[in-house]
This record gives sequence, C-alpha cells and structure tokens, in this order.
Amino acid sequence: MILSEAKDFPVNTASLKEVRVFSRETFEKINLSQDLKDELVLAIAEAAQNIVKHGYKGVEETSDRMEIKISLNDSQLEIGFYDKGKPVVPGNVQHRKLDDIKPGGLGTFFIKQIMDGAVFKKDQKGWVNHLVLTKKI
Amino acid sequence: MTYKVTEEGNVSTVFLNGEIDMDVTEKAKEVILPIVESGKEVHLNLKDVSYMDSSGISVLIESHQKALEKNTKVVVKEVSKSVLKVIMMAKLEQILNLE
Repeated sequence: MILSEAKDFPVNTASLKEVRVFSRETFEKINLSQDLKDELVLAIAEAAQNIVKHGYKGVEETSDRMEIKISLNDSQLEIGFYDKGKPVVPGNVQHRKLDDIKPGGLGTFFIKQIMDGAVFKKDQKGWVNHLVLTKKI
Repeated sequence: MTYKVTEEGNVSTVFLNGEIDMDVTEKAKEVILPIVESGKEVHLNLKDVSYMDSSGISVLIESHQKALEKNTKVVVKEVSKSVLKVIMMAKLEQILNLE
C-alpha cells in the first residue's frame, strides 16, 4: 500500500489535539491494530509536543506552523516533522533515566519505545528542523 | 478535559474526563495539587480519560510526589486500558498507587 498525507498546524499546545485527529484519521486508512494505531498517535503527538515545548521554548506566541507528513510505502511507515524552531542538536535529545522518577523527560523515551528509528535529516528546504520517525509495520 | 470533584471524609475524588495532553496539564494541576497540598488523600478516577501523553504522566508523578511530601497519598483509580498502557510504558505501575 502506498499512502502519503500531510498537514500543517499552528505551533501551539492547542494544535496537539488537531495533530492527534489528523493522525487518527490517516491511520484509519491503514489496516493496523488499534493498539498500534494508539502507539503511533502517541509517538506523533510527543514529537509535535517536543516542537512546541523545546523548539519554541521561551516564545510566547508565534505565527509559525509545523508540518507533519505520514507516508506508507508497502510496510515502511515514515513520519516527517518540519518546523522552524530552534535548531535541534541531535546529540542533546535525551530522555531521562526511567529510575530517576520526576515529571518530564518521557516524550522522547516514548518515541524511541514505539518507533524503529528517529533521525534528524539535513534536507529541510525552507525549514529549520526535519525529524523523521520510521517503523516497519 | 473536564473534571468533577467529590468529597467524602478526608478523601477527595477527582474525576477527570477527556484527553490529557500538554494543553490541559496546567488546568489538571490547578485542580489536583491544591487538594494534595491541603493534606487530603486524593483519588484520581481516570475511567473517562481516553488519552494521556507524557505531560499527563508528569501530572501523575508530580501529584504522587507532592502527596509523599505532605504525608498523604494519591490513588489512581479505574485507569482506562489506553492510559494504563502509557503508565506501563513509563514503568510507573509499581510507583504510582494504582487501584
């Protein structure tokens, strides 16, 4: 199956619900278990949240938008995130240790648990960051 | 997210409803933490919470830790399947008081 759906969203916390709606609607078109759909929606929502929370840290309000592209080519799922926030230094993207119980720091852990790969690419024409999440489904 | 609070003796039960993400965590904390601060036992009923992300998990952790400071406890009750999965992914099922 080949599928490609993209949508852009305002960069703010209120968009996170729209991101989930878009993701759920897209995954409805693919034959996946509900558990896997839920996990993928969570991974996408966490990555979008990282853009809002970290990419725009200290920014009260912005007119910037972020774009999410969900592509499926046979069994290879690829989810792209494009944003114009602060440049991400991939080596600095770390989750907290699980036994260090404290609020925060779990979003990246969830993404790594759910997806097979998470890579920042350098092909972000017109954007600052391009994160690609992949999973064989 | 919507919520309802009921009281019985020294126990306050907070019924949360809807999806808990970064957009509503401040609101959730504003509801839960003052009750914990007052020293009451808090029961968080999550049966109508259909989605929770890492921000929602942070609210659970913060509430739990605040309760320990205040010598009381937060009990997380009737967790929906989808939320339980996220709690387990964070390996918190042994840390939070789940019922």
